[in-house]
Amino acid sequence: MSRADRDAEQDAGQDAEQRAGQDAEGPPAVPRLLEVRDLRVEFRTRDGVTEAVSGVSYGVDAGRTLAVLGESGSGKSVTAQAVMGILDSPPARVTGGRILFRGRDLLRMGEDERRRVRGARMAMIFQDALSALNPVLSVGAQLAEMYEVHQGLSRRAARARAVELMDRVRIPAARERAGDYPHQFSGGMRQRIMIAMALALEPDLIIADEPTTALDVTVQAQVMDLLAELRREYAMGLILITHDLGVVADVADTIAVMYAGRIVETAPVRDLYRRPAHPYTRGLLDSVPRLDGGGRELYAIKGLPPGPADLPPGCPFAPRCPRAQDVCRAERPPLYEVACGDASVRRASACHFWKDELDARDPIAAP
Amino acid sequence: MPATPSPPPEPAAEPGAPVLEVRDLAKVYPLTQGVLVKRQVGAVRAVDGVSFDLRRGETLGVVGESGCGKSTLARLLVTLEQPTAGEIRYRGEDITRLSGRALKAVRRNIQMVFQDPYTSLNPRMTVGDIIGEPFEIHPEVAPKGDRRRKVRELLDVVGLNPEYINRYPHQFSGGQRQRIGIARGLALNPEIIICDEPVSALDVSVQAQVVNLLARLQEEFALSYLFIAHDLSVVRHISDRVAVMYLGRFAETGTGPQIYDHPTHPYTQALLSAVPVPDPDSHRGRERIILAGDVPSPAAPPSGCRFRTRCWKARERCATEVPRLAVPSSFQGADSPAAHPSACHFAEERLPAPSG
Repeated sequence: MSRADRDAEQDAGQDAEQRAGQDAEGPPAVPRLLEVRDLRVEFRTRDGVTEAVSGVSYGVDAGRTLAVLGESGSGKSVTAQAVMGILDSPPARVTGGRILFRGRDLLRMGEDERRRVRGARMAMIFQDALSALNPVLSVGAQLAEMYEVHQGLSRRAARARAVELMDRVRIPAARERAGDYPHQFSGGMRQRIMIAMALALEPDLIIADEPTTALDVTVQAQVMDLLAELRREYAMGLILITHDLGVVADVADTIAVMYAGRIVETAPVRDLYRRPAHPYTRGLLDSVPRLDGGGRELYAIKGLPPGPADLPPGCPFAPRCPRAQDVCRAERPPLYEVACGDASVRRASACHFWKDELDARDPIAAP
Repeated sequence: MPATPSPPPEPAAEPGAPVLEVRDLAKVYPLTQGVLVKRQVGAVRAVDGVSFDLRRGETLGVVGESGCGKSTLARLLVTLEQPTAGEIRYRGEDITRLSGRALKAVRRNIQMVFQDPYTSLNPRMTVGDIIGEPFEIHPEVAPKGDRRRKVRELLDVVGLNPEYINRYPHQFSGGQRQRIGIARGLALNPEIIICDEPVSALDVSVQAQVVNLLARLQEEFALSYLFIAHDLSVVRHISDRVAVMYLGRFAETGTGPQIYDHPTHPYTQALLSAVPVPDPDSHRGRERIILAGDVPSPAAPPSGCRFRTRCWKARERCATEVPRLAVPSSFQGADSPAAHPSACHFAEERLPAPSG
């Protein structure tokens, strides 16, 4: 997508942006495509109850991309699975919050209705296409099945649509390859099949969980380009879950950074990269080696993320934070609204000292 | 296969004599068919004529996509695999022909750190046993009574609490496990460590810790690293020189600035342009080269230049003539960072638009 395109879109979507961030005010006039409010997810195991998602709120509008950035165990995938309604429960259980899809709460829908929404209106793309596809069915049959089940097409018509779809995601020789099985495709091609499957019913929302993590760089670029193009063409909302700061910078409009089951910062992508308002975000940005070189020591966030069972009482990032004060260890910071001088930019940070962080010029020096 | 041995890469500009000289190294795996009577129906040329020097205290980075042969290269260098052809000279001696005691002595000096910190540690062994196991095979390094002390020392060196000596791998996080793997690699005081994707499985914040640890250890123990990874940013960060590998061969070699700022091989250029950069403004001047298709199977590599099937510059000559890894004639004698070995008939710089 060219820069000009995106800028134009940015302006058009400014209203939507206004509504981004936390849900401080009442419900907006037009419901957002997806809005998650104060979601909580628990895992009940023999060892006790742990909270994996602790009050997460985010939203995305049609035609926009929200990136959810976080390291393993941050709760980013669990949140997405809760939205899709595919949590393994037990042990997982949604204990609070709302998941509004076009204003309707998915958590309060009946099982049948929810299944219809999930099948037709929202779809998910997983990281590992090989284990997400059925190994004993040809890919053509798997794609056709969607049309047979959801749209009642005849086998023959469904098969034709499947080939069309494979063509659409640029699988070469789609007609000949429709009879092949998942293992006969390369990693990049399998990921395209997953994308095709997600697109089949032209959903309004796609959630992609680390869609390119298992792919090589050159193939990753192909797949991300395809995904961005399709999102634009179908005006879908896209939630991109990833740990890769590079991928996010390329495609997202808004970013939500997660840490220890919470959102610690949300901002439009440029603002976040230029002036992070949370020390964790800054630490992440500084710990990535740059392609344009420099052999200096990398900034490394000290220590490890806390497990859900041993969360510190105050800010969950405090034990690793170079900025931490007594208040951080005692008092859990709410998601503050961040005033960054530009009133059109909505952003939020869960740091008591977001202002200092925002105004910090230099990267935090490694101790 | 190159018929004539290729000349060694450019002589040492960096301090340190070569500790490892690799010449025309090749590994071919036969493909067989049939259960009782096996017929060879083909061959996978995983590594196909690779030459380089590794100098004392230096890091040579090897980047490439999956299936390019970089992990086979690693296994050849630590003599886990026998090469089909070529030489690996350690301190001037070809180690591919060694066996018995002589081979054991060499293996002590060339150690490996693996990618996956979850499967490369035995879950039933304590950390002390894992790190101390190399001493069982090489008792001359640490006499029996001294081993626990050595292991504690090693834990301390890699930044783990020596009190953890009796814990099991599952009690550690991914980053800590990778530290255990590194401690095991260091146990025998090797000269060379082959790192095969040592940080790929780690989270960003932990990855930086391990990269810094590897850099510190290199300085402390004058180690030479062969650092294999698919992450181009990490490789640039840690390497003195970089080799770009494609389908069993080196496509381009040079220093960080030569490869990253002045690449002349189309594959390197495409690879670099595809790397997602954590800066939303970096794309203004960046032209992305999106390659068509996938890497061909190493069982049926294209004739001539291996990259020609995905290359936008490919012409007839590329199908018939294998390009040699050498400084391209157009750059020979030129005092330019573009004058470095590149295996392309039509090597040239693509001038990047100014970024930012």
